[in-house]
Amino acid sequence: MSVRVTVDWTRCTAHGLCAELLPELIDLDDWGYPVVAGGPLPAELEPHAVAAREACPALAVRLDKVTPPEAGRPTRGTASRP
Amino acid sequence: MRLLAGVPDDRPLDLDGHHRVHGPMAQHHDLLAEVERSGLTGRGGGGFPLARKMRAVADARGRAVIVVNAAESEPAAGKDHHLLTRTPHLVLDGAQAAARSLGAREVIVWTHCGDRHSRDSLDAAIADRPGRHPRVVAGPDRYVAGEASAIVNHLSGGPALPTMSPYRTAERGVRGRPTLLANAETFAHLALVARHGADWFRETGTPDEPGTVLATVRGAVRHPGVLEVPLGLPMAGLLARVGGTTGAVGSFLVGGYAGTWLTAGAAEVLTVSRSSMAAHGADLGVGLVVALPADRCPVAETARLLGWLAAESTGQCGPCINGLPAIAARFGDLVAGHAGAEHLEQLHRWAGMVTGRGACHHPDGAVRLLLSTLAVHGDHLREHARRGTCDDLASSPVCPLPPTAAAETGPGRWR
Repeated sequence: MSVRVTVDWTRCTAHGLCAELLPELIDLDDWGYPVVAGGPLPAELEPHAVAAREACPALAVRLDKVTPPEAGRPTRGTASRP
Repeated sequence: MRLLAGVPDDRPLDLDGHHRVHGPMAQHHDLLAEVERSGLTGRGGGGFPLARKMRAVADARGRAVIVVNAAESEPAAGKDHHLLTRTPHLVLDGAQAAARSLGAREVIVWTHCGDRHSRDSLDAAIADRPGRHPRVVAGPDRYVAGEASAIVNHLSGGPALPTMSPYRTAERGVRGRPTLLANAETFAHLALVARHGADWFRETGTPDEPGTVLATVRGAVRHPGVLEVPLGLPMAGLLARVGGTTGAVGSFLVGGYAGTWLTAGAAEVLTVSRSSMAAHGADLGVGLVVALPADRCPVAETARLLGWLAAESTGQCGPCINGLPAIAARFGDLVAGHAGAEHLEQLHRWAGMVTGRGACHHPDGAVRLLLSTLAVHGDHLREHARRGTCDDLASSPVCPLPPTAAAETGPGRWR
């Protein structure tokens, strides 16, 4: 089982601490919001990912356990199209 | 015609008429298996197999809830409104069949707050029906309020805003219960699968995409409106059924406002099906087709649509809050000749920056429209960037826009 870093976009307000604590994985976009590199988190970065989650003032950083096959969220629809 | 069989021009088919046309409500003893064999997919734009949703609801713990999404957030589409105001009993039959099959007691019809006409028709139809009555809920008239997680959130007591719940609606939806949420048209088809079975359903359409679909055709066509066509019908056939075009058509916008531009040439070889649209980088979406006259400016239309889509952001997610207005403003600069072609690169970069980075797919949809405009009307846009605006920016839009609700934002607007 591996871990994946995701951002709860409804919470994130671009504090940017996650990018400071986990620069190997997280970059910031033009507006200061995190851009997370795709794929599972390398095991050696896990402590830093936990630190990023703990440090986020908006509680927006999530560490999701990924069990193969990847359990996504297939029901996210566009507006009017569930 | 199936869904629209026997439907009067100007009023709903009443319960007697409904039974005359479709026969009494009947149901296969194993509806789920029948739906599976029918190949019925969601008609709200997602195209997800209905049987898989139903199976997930059936397998989840707890008493199921049925939600009919009839909100038609897509401003230029008319099919949900058409179904509710012409054949409401078919939609209600479908919801009832699903409820019986999944053991649900609660049926909710989610409608558009601004569409009084649909709700009156629905209320009248419900009053005529025996048995437990579905609940009709009027959601806020905002584009994104029709998104599944927004509906679930509202029906669970929150605002009609998309959420990032890690659960599927089918497993944990309304108040944590397994929830079958599907488009009104999907339920109308389900009512007919319940009556006539899978083999009948597959008699029209294509083997991969069986059945019929409702399309809304507007713009430069003789008889704009909602019509029912078999999946796989050539686009030329669709246009013929609305009386043909009223002049030269430059391009078509298909799917919805967060849709895709197609050249008239590409549209000639297309069929009305998800696979054919996908082969041309487009999506059938909610079945909207807008024929843009050759003498109207496609980038002026797009500029208005991008501005409207940006204003329809719920303001929840940073990339959407910042990205969509930035994209719309820069695109507007290009159309007005206030920015040079060097800014096209910036648009592409921002497009990549908002895609997939939100609680819902609203930003992805706006980017789809942007990228298809750059692909299909890129030369026209560069012409604008070089020579400035054309007169068309001031003329009335071919793609009508509802009044922007953005001026009235605030949490109250989403309740």
